Amino acid sequence: MSESRVAARRIREIILHQSKRANVGHIGSALSVADLLAVLYTDVLRIADPRDPERDRFILSKGHASLALYAALSLRGWISRQVLDSFCQDGSILGVHPDRAVPGVDFSTGSLGQGLSMGVGAALAARLADRPHRVFVLVSDAECNTGVLWEAVMFAAHHRLSNLIVIVDSNGQQALGYTKDVLDIAPLAERWRAFGWDTQDIDGHDTEGIARAIEAISKGPGAPHVLVARTVFGKGVSYMEGQIKWHYWPMSDEEYARALAEVESRP
Amino acid sequence: MRKAFATTLAALAEKDARILLLTGDLGYMALEPFSEKFPRRFFNVGVAEQNMIGIATGLAEAGFIPFVYSITTFATLRPYEFIRNGPVLHRLPVRVAGVGGGFEYGHAGPTHHGLEDVGVMRLQPGLSVVAPADHAQAKTALLSTWNLPGPVFYRLGKDDKSVVPGLDGRFDLGRLQLIREGKDLLWIAMGSVATEAAAAADLLARDGVSSTVAILASVQPAPAADLEALLARFPLALTVEAHYVVGGAGSLAAEIIAEKGLGCRLLRCGVRGAPEPIGGSQDFLHGMHGLSRDSLVATAKHALHLART
Repeated sequence: MSESRVAARRIREIILHQSKRANVGHIGSALSVADLLAVLYTDVLRIADPRDPERDRFILSKGHASLALYAALSLRGWISRQVLDSFCQDGSILGVHPDRAVPGVDFSTGSLGQGLSMGVGAALAARLADRPHRVFVLVSDAECNTGVLWEAVMFAAHHRLSNLIVIVDSNGQQALGYTKDVLDIAPLAERWRAFGWDTQDIDGHDTEGIARAIEAISKGPGAPHVLVARTVFGKGVSYMEGQIKWHYWPMSDEEYARALAEVESRP
Repeated sequence: MRKAFATTLAALAEKDARILLLTGDLGYMALEPFSEKFPRRFFNVGVAEQNMIGIATGLAEAGFIPFVYSITTFATLRPYEFIRNGPVLHRLPVRVAGVGGGFEYGHAGPTHHGLEDVGVMRLQPGLSVVAPADHAQAKTALLSTWNLPGPVFYRLGKDDKSVVPGLDGRFDLGRLQLIREGKDLLWIAMGSVATEAAAAADLLARDGVSSTVAILASVQPAPAADLEALLARFPLALTVEAHYVVGGAGSLAAEIIAEKGLGCRLLRCGVRGAPEPIGGSQDFLHGMHGLSRDSLVATAKHALHLART
């Protein structure tokens, strides 16, 4: 099994374990991006040290999937098992939304629609300082409801920030319903393309495919890049997949055991 | 103050390559001293103030000192949550320059009147709030705060001619500046309407009423020690601000009086009530809201008369 697939399984296990221990929700949102984060943190992000000014930046704009990020950061060794186990405890730096106090978190997020603007600033800063690093921003499809996201999309295209790579976690769900019922944003890839972005439509759970898509991104000057990643909300736990209630719901003991068994048996 | 701001910023930018300037498509005939000199460090982000603050946050994280510019309502209120979750939460040196505090854009109507900008910005801990009273003070204030480690909000006036007599461009972060000393009452003025407070003190002097006039330009960090010492010496203080009476200079003085248990009576001269559908010049609107020199004199005389009976 590839390193990224092993990481994806570990990330899912950590998501389940920590959300069960803390008795919190947002499990489905975190599982949705587990494969994307596994690839980013094993194959893609060039981060020798989370304080290196020339490190690639990563912004989890959909901050409520923080557990997936904490899991990835713990696999990289930037947060200890002890810190990971403090998730959602009193006095912990690991809350439901990531704060930049956490080693490896570049920007605090949690208010949807804010991450991409900060990422645009980070990408512009890299260009102005003539630094080679890239900026990755993971947004949710529901974040595309926000007007300010499109302000950032327009600015990045206008200034041809080719060092900016956005991944849209297109799981088709948001807090209270399916995106097609709440505020239909389809066809998402066409919309990004129409705004001048280099757009790829990918399977957000195919770790090898994700890595290939990022590898295929042109290194030269040009448009900013977006991967519209088709994902399944709650991916890997059959009874959560595509179910609205798992946006907020925590697991019972029985549900936890079943979820963990499914994740551990996944090839 | 706009020209003083742009010229001073351009001079600073010459010495420090970290300084950038972003505008939300405003600043015609104001920002050219910077934009013409540093075209590659100047970004018109379009009418997109939230994005502008977000971009500035990303730039500041990488070590730049981005200044963002717009009319004060658009610079503070529209992107307020971005300011809160960006430079304030991340403790980054983003500078928000809001032009047209109070009724400086009088004829432009209520959408352009900056009547709560200082109040909302003062709510944010760690955000310095600087409201100069004239262009010379704006220059000094910028020179002494541009390199602060945390975020700063500058509330700027459009007027590059008016001068507050006796201020001589003085500014100290966390201090008041006294421009006149007297014994009968205390004026505390914030922003360019300070010229009206200074003129009111002149008019009162002719009638034998002597005033101390203090300029409140460093709203945050508040000049707490200076305010306490001054307020303790007077039975009557009047705050003067082209701003709602809630949240700005009047609220700050009230907080000091209450927390320190001072016996000073406070009258907050400022804007009260809902926005009126009435346009007009800055002078007209100052008069309408009791902020012209004549109405300030009347308010002071009325209060002194009450105090003496």
